[in-house]
Amino acid sequence: MNAPLSAADAAPSEEKLVFFPRADGSRVPYAVFSSQEIYELEQERIYRGPTWNFLGLECEIPKPGDYKSTFVGDTPVVVTRTDDGELACWVNRCSHRGAMVCRNARGNASSHACVYHQWSFDQRGNLLGVPFRRGQKHMSGMPKDFDPKCHSLRQLKVESYRGLIFATFSDDAPMLPDYLGAEMRPWIDRIFHKPIEFLGCTRQYSQSNWKLYFENVKDPYHASMLHLFHTTFNIFRVGMAARSIPDARHGLHSIITVTKNEEDTADAYKQQGIRSMDDGFQLEDDSVLGHVKEYDELTTNHIQPIFPQLVIQQIHNTLVARQLLPKGPDNFELIFHFFGYTDDTPALRELRLKQANLVGPAGYISMEDTEATELVQKGTRRDPAACSVIEMARDNPEQQDTVITESLIRRFWAGYQKLMGL
Amino acid sequence: MDTMERMALWFELHSLQERYVSVLDNDRLEEWPALFTEDCEYGIIPKENADMGLPVGIMWCNNQRMLRDRVVSLRNANIFEAHTYRHMTSGLDITPVDADTVEMKANYVVVQTRANGESQVYQAGRYEDRVVRTAEGWRYQKKRVIYDTSRVQTLLATPV
Repeated sequence: MNAPLSAADAAPSEEKLVFFPRADGSRVPYAVFSSQEIYELEQERIYRGPTWNFLGLECEIPKPGDYKSTFVGDTPVVVTRTDDGELACWVNRCSHRGAMVCRNARGNASSHACVYHQWSFDQRGNLLGVPFRRGQKHMSGMPKDFDPKCHSLRQLKVESYRGLIFATFSDDAPMLPDYLGAEMRPWIDRIFHKPIEFLGCTRQYSQSNWKLYFENVKDPYHASMLHLFHTTFNIFRVGMAARSIPDARHGLHSIITVTKNEEDTADAYKQQGIRSMDDGFQLEDDSVLGHVKEYDELTTNHIQPIFPQLVIQQIHNTLVARQLLPKGPDNFELIFHFFGYTDDTPALRELRLKQANLVGPAGYISMEDTEATELVQKGTRRDPAACSVIEMARDNPEQQDTVITESLIRRFWAGYQKLMGL
Repeated sequence: MDTMERMALWFELHSLQERYVSVLDNDRLEEWPALFTEDCEYGIIPKENADMGLPVGIMWCNNQRMLRDRVVSLRNANIFEAHTYRHMTSGLDITPVDADTVEMKANYVVVQTRANGESQVYQAGRYEDRVVRTAEGWRYQKKRVIYDTSRVQTLLATPV
């Protein structure tokens, strides 16, 4: 199925929750960042719609019985490695009275029992046993027509692509490689071209809407404006070779790359008098900015959101799969899954750990992102009908070799409107 | 080491910790790196990674120059909301290794006050330190900040 993602059942007569004044995504009503109704519709049409949702890395659950608790949207799920080595995923809610079955973040188990009444389930979420099903002495048990096969945990389809695990609630989702698409797969393949090793997670919680973070990772324009570390210490220059490529079908996924060349464009900043150019600061230890060439080209930044809950990141030699989880309209959580390759030399592994200083909640070149999204959340809450203005490079929508553009954000909103039926 | 010597040592190390907290809580970040040795190691790591033996944290420096770089960056490059920390520490436990080296552990809670005037528990965790006696007094050779509050609220700018 290669059709663009769209809402299957959006009735034309249905009154729309919000009004997008333009179809090209260049005006976004602020209501989408704070409306509970929109949030509820997103859970239905996006997270339970025809999307594949990133759950984690296969190397987090390598052994039979390994499991991890996570979310699809805001639905708690557990992803497990079964005894035959396959992946399974089920909603973490007992089929009996609705209690969460798995109470651990991670672990290893051959079966999972709900603590409330000890109903137990196998690794795939099938009901194994119900205590006192046949009663005891004079006390009767479950009715004769009770069929355990009808009371499994709700199971999701789960697939992996090069070690990245995704799940979907929907039977209408395309095959996973098709969902990722022809534009995105080569860039995923680039990072996940050999076995990886999980190095740990860090978590960041922001009081802002999850889509503000999606805008942020589709916004190369902000990089050298908001993140002053780049230019203060000469890391990133507007003259570097750039790519800003959307998924061609729906624009919901995208990739931004920035690749080093020798051209020095510090003058471009100076001429424009932008505050970010400051020659006065030198790092005493610049090993944090080291860069060992690992791929065909010396790409310093690879930022690739895969809608709706993954961002693949390579910045210098840090490698991260960021999971983006909505927590109501006003909050999201970011979980940074750091990894290296299993064949890393000790020196390269140390460099990856040192460069973790660049990214994540305390990252030299990332800490401002959640600050910015929270500023938007605070600024927009009162005026749901007012709109963002997203115009940069609007009259050159096909240009991809640029970072001075908001085209990926416009494509995202156009795709979002279609999927949401708005 | 007799009881009096041990009490004196505990008191000296407690004073080091009080000074550490004081520079962070009173916006004297420039004094923070000097509390470490030149070859120090400083890291802030979530408990979930520490428990699993996984190495990744949110800050990791392996010399004093990197600490000074962090301060210069916070003062000049990074953008974040003005805030104040108040550290509360407890349970300082010391284990002398030799005459000039001590390993110590303590609990901490950081209450953060942001620009809107609200104060919240920002982080709870523990310190695992190795301190050495130098000509300038006791200094941190290694400080591992292991935080329980795994969700970092918004961002972490000021060291813990």
